[in-house]
Amino acid sequence: MQLHNLTIREASDMLATKKISSVELTQAVLQHAHEVESKVKSYVTITDDLALEQAKQADERIAKGTNITPLTGIPFAMKDCISTRGVRTTCSSKILEEYVPQYNATVTNKLADSGAVLVGKTNMDEFGMGSSCENSGLFPTHNPWDLDRVPGGSSGGSAAAMSASQATFTIGEDTGGSVRMPAGFCNITGIKPTYGRVSRYGLISLVSSFDCIGPMTRDVHDCATVLEAIAGHDEKDSTTYQTAVPQYTKIINKSVKGMKLGIPKEYFVAGMEAGVESSIQEAIRTYEKLGMEIHEVSLPNTRYALPVYYLLLFAEASSNLARFDGTRFGLSVSENAKDVIDIYLKTRQQGFGDEVKRRIMLGAYALSVGYYDAYYLKAQKVRTLLRRDFESALASVDVLLGPTCPTTAFKLGEKTSDPLEMYLSDIYVAATNPAGVPALALPCGFSNNMPVGMQLIGKHLDEQTLFQVGHAYQQVTDWHKKLPAL
Amino acid sequence: MTKYEPVIGLEIHGELLTNSKMFCSCSADYGSAPEPNTNICPTCTGLPGAMPVVNKKATELAALVGLALNCSINKHNTFARKNYFYPDLPKGYQISQYELPIASKGYLDVLEDTDAKQRITVRRVHIEEDTAKLAHEKNYALVDFNRAGVPLLEIVSEPDMRTVEAALSYATKIRAILRYLGVNSGDMEKGVLRFEANISVRPVGSDEFRTRTEIKNLNSFRALTRASQYEIERQIKVYEAGGTIVQETLGWDDAKGVTTSQRSKEDAHDYRYFPEPDLPPLQLSDSWIESIRAQLPELPEAKTKRFIADFELKPSEAQFLTSERSLADYFEAVIANAKSSPKIISTWIAGEFIRNVNELNVEVNKIPAKTLAQLIDMVTDKTINGNAGKTVLAEMFKTGGDPAQIVKEKNLAQVSDEGFILETVNKILNDNPKEVDEYNAGKDTLMQWFMGQIARATKGKADPNIAKELLVKGLEERRK
Repeated sequence: MQLHNLTIREASDMLATKKISSVELTQAVLQHAHEVESKVKSYVTITDDLALEQAKQADERIAKGTNITPLTGIPFAMKDCISTRGVRTTCSSKILEEYVPQYNATVTNKLADSGAVLVGKTNMDEFGMGSSCENSGLFPTHNPWDLDRVPGGSSGGSAAAMSASQATFTIGEDTGGSVRMPAGFCNITGIKPTYGRVSRYGLISLVSSFDCIGPMTRDVHDCATVLEAIAGHDEKDSTTYQTAVPQYTKIINKSVKGMKLGIPKEYFVAGMEAGVESSIQEAIRTYEKLGMEIHEVSLPNTRYALPVYYLLLFAEASSNLARFDGTRFGLSVSENAKDVIDIYLKTRQQGFGDEVKRRIMLGAYALSVGYYDAYYLKAQKVRTLLRRDFESALASVDVLLGPTCPTTAFKLGEKTSDPLEMYLSDIYVAATNPAGVPALALPCGFSNNMPVGMQLIGKHLDEQTLFQVGHAYQQVTDWHKKLPAL
Repeated sequence: MTKYEPVIGLEIHGELLTNSKMFCSCSADYGSAPEPNTNICPTCTGLPGAMPVVNKKATELAALVGLALNCSINKHNTFARKNYFYPDLPKGYQISQYELPIASKGYLDVLEDTDAKQRITVRRVHIEEDTAKLAHEKNYALVDFNRAGVPLLEIVSEPDMRTVEAALSYATKIRAILRYLGVNSGDMEKGVLRFEANISVRPVGSDEFRTRTEIKNLNSFRALTRASQYEIERQIKVYEAGGTIVQETLGWDDAKGVTTSQRSKEDAHDYRYFPEPDLPPLQLSDSWIESIRAQLPELPEAKTKRFIADFELKPSEAQFLTSERSLADYFEAVIANAKSSPKIISTWIAGEFIRNVNELNVEVNKIPAKTLAQLIDMVTDKTINGNAGKTVLAEMFKTGGDPAQIVKEKNLAQVSDEGFILETVNKILNDNPKEVDEYNAGKDTLMQWFMGQIARATKGKADPNIAKELLVKGLEERRK
């Protein structure tokens, strides 16, 4: 057995029974990560020394037998938009290439407290703006299933690292599908929790009202384990829920018999790859066999989801990215600058990539006097309709099922020349973020040898049902166990 | 020639006296920071990923001000981002309130005791955060973030004022109210209160609103008065010359006494306001609002009226005594401890007492109210005379001593023994025959001189009433 392929549950058992140490596990994962890194390029930074130091501490914890959690001693990687004190946090942008945070994100602290071992920070589309990881300002990441193809985005590095067993679990961030879409492309499991379930403190914001940090794992059980560790109220993030975090893994084995599965008819339209559609239909049949009732439901405003999502994204992002002005941290281009405005211009011109600039301009425009009502305000109103769509569909069923993307992973360069084409790959995943509802992505088959992902969408704060339904599927299928040959 | 009247609206920015900053736990007392950039954290320096958390105390103080200004409190109010780039603004946006401020639609009466009495509408009261401080050097500027994120209150009036006096009265009253509520020190030199005046002028009788200009950063009542007067005259001159006023933002050059253009409407910022997604709306309950209302102290206006009614003071006296809450409280504490009438106490406090306080630059309660009450009572019951009272008071400020003790030590007790005083009077009249003759010939002013001689001879101890009576008698006797 290869240590780097272990699930959290398997590794945790072996650590608990002292069959392996965290140092051994961490060394194995690091070694494998380095071996395949030149092909996949998941990582912006690999933190060998820090990881081994943390692994040693985890082993001490385990030896003492106190304060042990299911994540103690488990190596993980984190999307490079989540602040780590002393470890550079780049958002895969030139403007933050050398930025080292002075403080930890709440999620970073929670994982450190649980004893998890940070092995590195993963690549992403710059500031989360993209669906293929090709918008990384540093370098693109490759899909471990086919190195000519993209891993999806924006959490492409976390998805590829998980898929290629470069970490035992990874942390992604989902603003409009950024966990689920790459999870589908790379044959892993990932959740976008309810908005406000996981603290955003220390997460470098893309869209403050959409951003959700979520685990990316080998299977649903691991996913539940990690979410349990990172979720919860944070007094530093006023948008987090006070509601207590359930022990997701406790009731994950509950039968799904008699539960209702909703199939949104708007998610099955022309343009979907045949192999994707057949995989989804097969998954529905699997659930039928598991005793679930299948109901067609409607999300009538789905066609507005993408425009609403992108408009609000542009607007909020244009403001969130204002602080990158070259005066306090990150890149600062002041040579030959006439005045402070000139420093702003030069720094942002050189520091931001094209997609980021495009979105800042569109966002500033949408918020301007005379356009605000027609764009931003209108989009907020339609956002309410999107939320109601999910509320009313989920009033009659327990979960919704749909694909994560109309296609499997596309080739690098295939869509880079057409931003609109690229935006369309988010069509199934983007609507959940404006609505705030949770959604779990998991592998459900292959089309032309590339993984197909499906997502289960649930009610606000009902991650528990998603885990239960997802876990039931993985008990009778083994798509999630398939690993890429590298 | 056309007669013009100004149309003035005021925006007042005041720092709120909270312990911590508006959205983080750094100290709001940035003045005590030992060095620049020591009173900072990821949130108030706008580090990537840092988030704001609303300071509860600041919302309480803001609501308190809203209620004091007769506003309605908006139970659902929201924060908004005001987006612009400037090095003193770490996030590239200021968190403020825009569409739904914490309080709106209030009023304040100004110049009540004059014919120009007027009710000024307070449009809104909202919470926002202060910026960092810039220090401009020759080829660069330095930024100190110690002040960044300190809670600010913005109080916006309607353009209701038609004279500079009204504007000044409004600003003065707002400052007094903020100080009464304990939400702002009113310390203008420290910049904790800043004014912004919106000014236009129009022909008297017209009800149009003409193009206005906005004078920013007025840091004193004097600057507010001078800048407004200057701007009104400038606009009138422009109209008289057939010109038009350009909408612009102006600065005030205090040394030159002129307003200067900073920004015209064409380059006015579009702040791209939108609701702050990092902060949920503030939801205030009725019971919370009532609990804040219960904290409202008696405000200057009500106190002035009560002082006039209860203590039979003149409006000017009452206004003076209520100008500061500490002074009013002190006045009432002295009344509670003294046998003398409020009127007499008012005269003492507004006169000798406040003169000493100002001269020595000390707090009013430097002398305990009870001790001052003893002193005033000693004058009232003629244990000492008024002059001796002044001497004792000065000594009390100097040494903090007890008035009875000082009187004893300095031997200042008043002498009412007619025999002793008569002896002194006769001696003075006999020693100064020339002055006696002159007085009796009609030079009345010499009476004061004679009284002075008596005071000198008795070291001020002689009861002045008795002394005067005997003096008049003695002079009469010597009339030829």
